[in-house]
Amino acid sequence: MISEILNMNGYGLYVWSSFMFTLLSFSTLYFVTKIQLNKELKNFEAKFKNLDIDKAEIAKKQETYREILSNTSTSKI
Amino acid sequence: MLNYFNPSNTLKVINKLQKFIFALFIAVLILGLFEALVLSPEDYKQSDSVRIMYVHVPAAWISLGIFSVISILSFGILIFKNKNFILISKSLAPSGFVFNIIALVTGSIWGKPTWGTWWAWDARITSMLLLAVFYLMFMMSWKIFEDEKKSIKLSSYIAIFGLINVPIVKFSVDWWSTLHQPSSVNVFKETTIHSTMLMPLGIMTAAFALFSILIFLMKYHTELLKIKNKGLERL
Repeated sequence: MISEILNMNGYGLYVWSSFMFTLLSFSTLYFVTKIQLNKELKNFEAKFKNLDIDKAEIAKKQETYREILSNTSTSKI
Repeated sequence: MLNYFNPSNTLKVINKLQKFIFALFIAVLILGLFEALVLSPEDYKQSDSVRIMYVHVPAAWISLGIFSVISILSFGILIFKNKNFILISKSLAPSGFVFNIIALVTGSIWGKPTWGTWWAWDARITSMLLLAVFYLMFMMSWKIFEDEKKSIKLSSYIAIFGLINVPIVKFSVDWWSTLHQPSSVNVFKETTIHSTMLMPLGIMTAAFALFSILIFLMKYHTELLKIKNKGLERL
């Protein structure tokens, strides 16, 4: 059964390489996108920590900043 | 209606949706792979090589669909100057491009056992390659200019000009004599594919669509963060 699935009537190399290429492309795109997202989150966190108290309070009052902060480690400090 | 695309509302939705879509994508992909590689029957002519269809066709459909959306949004960008349309277009392009590459590579692999060649300069394949070039130009246009206004204009013109290629890709197999087979799945004509093959094709298309939504959400989130990072500098 397994060897039949692997062999695919002699087309195994073509079928499996197509599926592997697709899954590899998916993984690469996902991880590259994830790295970029995490980099921007860390960038945001670093900049937020460097704000003085007044500016940090202004930022915290804005809905979008609050939403971003809820996903950074700053919110857990 | 455009208020739904408000960044703060969108961020809330993105954060909630991202994990849910990822889990759903994994579940649908596993089901689709099982259907495509194990349960679906072999073709009477192409034998098991037909299984390549389950990754090739959804990738081609989605890359074409994403480019059409980018082109339509580009009209909106030029006419209404809507900044969210710019972010949406930028966030859609990478997954569209990757799907286009998957369609080209898997098509090439499928071509070898069925046509006896990895590549042929026929209308469908060439127009798909041209679509990849349009995707590449669209993404590069954001990196060429320092001035964002120039990038916005150039990328919009590229997407609108590239829209001409979309019907050429779709109807190339009807307009010209090509190696590529005509469409088996049709909306307005009779679908000629058997239900036992249509089912895994549908599931794999759903999995690919979920993946493109996931990448879009992550990219859109990244683009919003870039803007917010600039905003922090200005506080």
